[in-house]
Order: sequence, then C-alpha cells, then structure tokens
Amino acid sequence: MIKYEQIVREIKEAIKESQTTLPDWVISKLEDIKENETKKAKEQIETILENIRIAKEEKKPICQDTGVPIFYVKHGTQLSLDFSLSKALKEVTQKATQEIPLRPSIVSPWERKNTGDNTGDKIPIINYEPVEGSKLEIIVFPKGAGSENMSKQKMFNPGQKGEVIEWIIDSVQEAGPKPCPPIFLGIGIGGTFDYSTQLSKEALIELPQQSQGKIRELEREILEKVNSLEIGPMGLGGKTTALDVKIKTAHCHTASLPVAINIQCWANRKAKRVFEE
Amino acid sequence: MEINSPLSEKKVKDLSLGQKVEVSGDILTARDKAHQRILNQFDLPFELDNQIIYHCGPLVSEEKENYKIISAGPTTSTRLSEFIPQILEKHEIRAFIGKGGLKKEAIESLKNNNCLYLSYTGGAGALAAKSIKRVKDVFWLDLGIPEAVWKLEIERLPCIVSIDTDGQTLYHV
Repeated sequence: MIKYEQIVREIKEAIKESQTTLPDWVISKLEDIKENETKKAKEQIETILENIRIAKEEKKPICQDTGVPIFYVKHGTQLSLDFSLSKALKEVTQKATQEIPLRPSIVSPWERKNTGDNTGDKIPIINYEPVEGSKLEIIVFPKGAGSENMSKQKMFNPGQKGEVIEWIIDSVQEAGPKPCPPIFLGIGIGGTFDYSTQLSKEALIELPQQSQGKIRELEREILEKVNSLEIGPMGLGGKTTALDVKIKTAHCHTASLPVAINIQCWANRKAKRVFEE
Repeated sequence: MEINSPLSEKKVKDLSLGQKVEVSGDILTARDKAHQRILNQFDLPFELDNQIIYHCGPLVSEEKENYKIISAGPTTSTRLSEFIPQILEKHEIRAFIGKGGLKKEAIESLKNNNCLYLSYTGGAGALAAKSIKRVKDVFWLDLGIPEAVWKLEIERLPCIVSIDTDGQTLYHV
C-alpha cells in the first residue's frame, strides 16, 4: 500500500530536483546552441549554463521564480489509496516551500494577498488522468510567470487555417525578450477553448518526445520561422529564440479551430516519480 | 568596468550601449507593488536619489530574522515600464537592473532623466545570488516577500548597459 508519508517525502525530493537541476536533454540543447552563437548571445548562454552548474552544486533553485506548483497525476484504475492525494500534494507544496526553500509566489487574484506557502484556492494545480494499471505517476512541473504571461489562445474559424502559423510567429515576436528566451513552445491545436490550452501545456510536458508525420513537419516549420526572428537569448539578438516546438492535437468541432500557445522559458523544470504497490 | 552605487549623473552618462559593467554597493529591489507604493506614498523609508533599483523578487530564507538571499535573478522589467516615467519625475534614480528591456515611454523618460538600464540574464538566480553579499534592510514586508523592497549589498554583479542615457537600446522596441 502506498503511504501518505511516502508521497510527501518523495514528491518533496522531486520538487527539489525540479527546482535545482534541469533535465540532461535541456542542458545538451543549451550546450549545442552555445557553439552556434556569437558575442552577446553566446555570453548569455554561458551565463545560463554557469547558473545551472551553480544551482546543482549548491542545491539552490535555478531561478528565484520557483513558479506556480503544478502536478500531473496518472492514476492507475486498479490502484486504491486510503488517503486524499490532493491533500498530500498540498502538504508537500507547503513543506517544500519552507524546507528547500521556495519563494512564496501565490497571491489571492483580486486582493493580491500572498498566502506565504505557495498554496491557495485550487493551488497547487493538480491534473488527474485515470489510466489502466496499478501505478501512480506524478510529474512535478513548476511554471514561472515570465513565460506563462506571454501565452495565448485564439479561436480561429476553420477557414482561417492559413493564418495560424503567422499568428504563432507574431505572438512569439510580441513576447520578444519577456519570456526569457531561448524558449520552448508548446502548441495545442483542436479540442475546445479550454482544452486547447491544456494541450499546449501537455505538449511542453511531453518534450523532448517528438511528434510524427505532418505535425512534425509543422513543428519544424514553426521552429525555423521563430528562430528567423533573431530575438535571440534574452532578446539581445542571436540565432536561437526557441530550443524546441511541440504540438499536441485533439479533434474538434467542425465549426471551430482552437489554437493555444504556452511558452516555457529555458529553465524547463520537470521531475517525475512513479509509485507502485 | 566596476561601477558603485550611489551613482553620479556624470558616471551614468559616461557609460555606453553594450558596455559590460560590474555593479557593487547597495541596491533596492522593487517590482509591481513597490513601484505603486513609491508613487503613492509621500514619505519613503529609503533614499532613492542616485540609487539603483533592481527589478527582482528574491527567494529569501529566514532564520531568527536573519535573512539570506538564495536565488535572485531579475523579473520582467517591461511590465514595470508604465510606472517609470512618473517615478523618474519624482526621484533621481540613476539605474534600473532587470531583464526584457522597457517600453518606449519608459526609455524616453530614462533619456530625459539621465538614467540607465542594465540587463542581467533572466533565470540566472542562483548565480546572481553569489554576487549578493548580504541583506542590509527590508521595507514593506506587508506586500509579501517577493514584492517587498530589499536593500542588498552586492559585489561585482555583471550586467550589460542595454539602454543608455541617449535612449539607445539593444532590444528591438
């Protein structure tokens, strides 16, 4: 039987891992582009890599914006828990905030009062997905506001398909230096108004896994066009504005074409834990 | 080149676009709420003339009222652009440190008031913290830890002059 204390202990460690280290594939991508860049752009990437090294060595959060706490949970239908997982993830958020520590960044939306422990109404955000089997998978995905603030959604008419790529590129152009480029671009196409945004965030989670066929071609085309904007690392000019693009799709109503983009800064922080009975 | 706070008007005018500087001395953090309060409050508990404002909401640890900076990179300055012309009318701030640059009106007011904008790499919070020697004071903690004004003693924080006093910028505006 999976225990409440085990979840709290191990997910707290996963949060610490996500805040103080980056996945190897993200670091490789940054190292690769460093070789391609010159002058200011290269210096920015060098600073980023040095920061990643220091954060890991000193076990400190990479960025002071330790983000909105978000969890993605895949819950095996044959698995039963004798406690509330939502309660455990709320407690782990509070403990992680105090012990790692994390910056308390969560406020009430209108009064703007900081709760002090990174929890609040509906926070942490927990996305539950029932799956076959008896495992429990939890992904920790803290999301900083700099890049989240630049994200967008648009309900296109089906006849406006030809305008979608341009809208995406314009959105990245408009975001410019603000989301801390080089960025990752998560794109959701299809579903409904809200579901397209959900897909765009799930696309970011699925990286570095790549799409297939026509969608992969579309990802490549968007990546190329985004990088031709030459916004560059931190917006100071350069060849790399985006490190990768991932599209996730769903079918949709014949009358609509919902598209969403979710921007992620270079600090693509993520950690996963799998629990079995 | 090392520059020290407080900064003179002459010093900031001498610095040119793209120049690398290392900032030392005392700086004050401020983001959205602090900018608003600076504009709305008559008596401020800190001096702003010839000072440097850092657009930053630090990650701070506290033990028995002993504050330590853990991670403290810049926040997006662009968001704070709207406050800057009004603030510079009232206070002779000599430099802002941030990321992402500023909007046109804010750049114009920097030019009119001989104030610089320096960039530090966004997200590089752990590295920035190494240049922060200590917390000298904190004001307006009622705004919450990220939004409070932290007076920090820094040593050789490496930045780039990305908007100079002639209103030239490295960013595409």
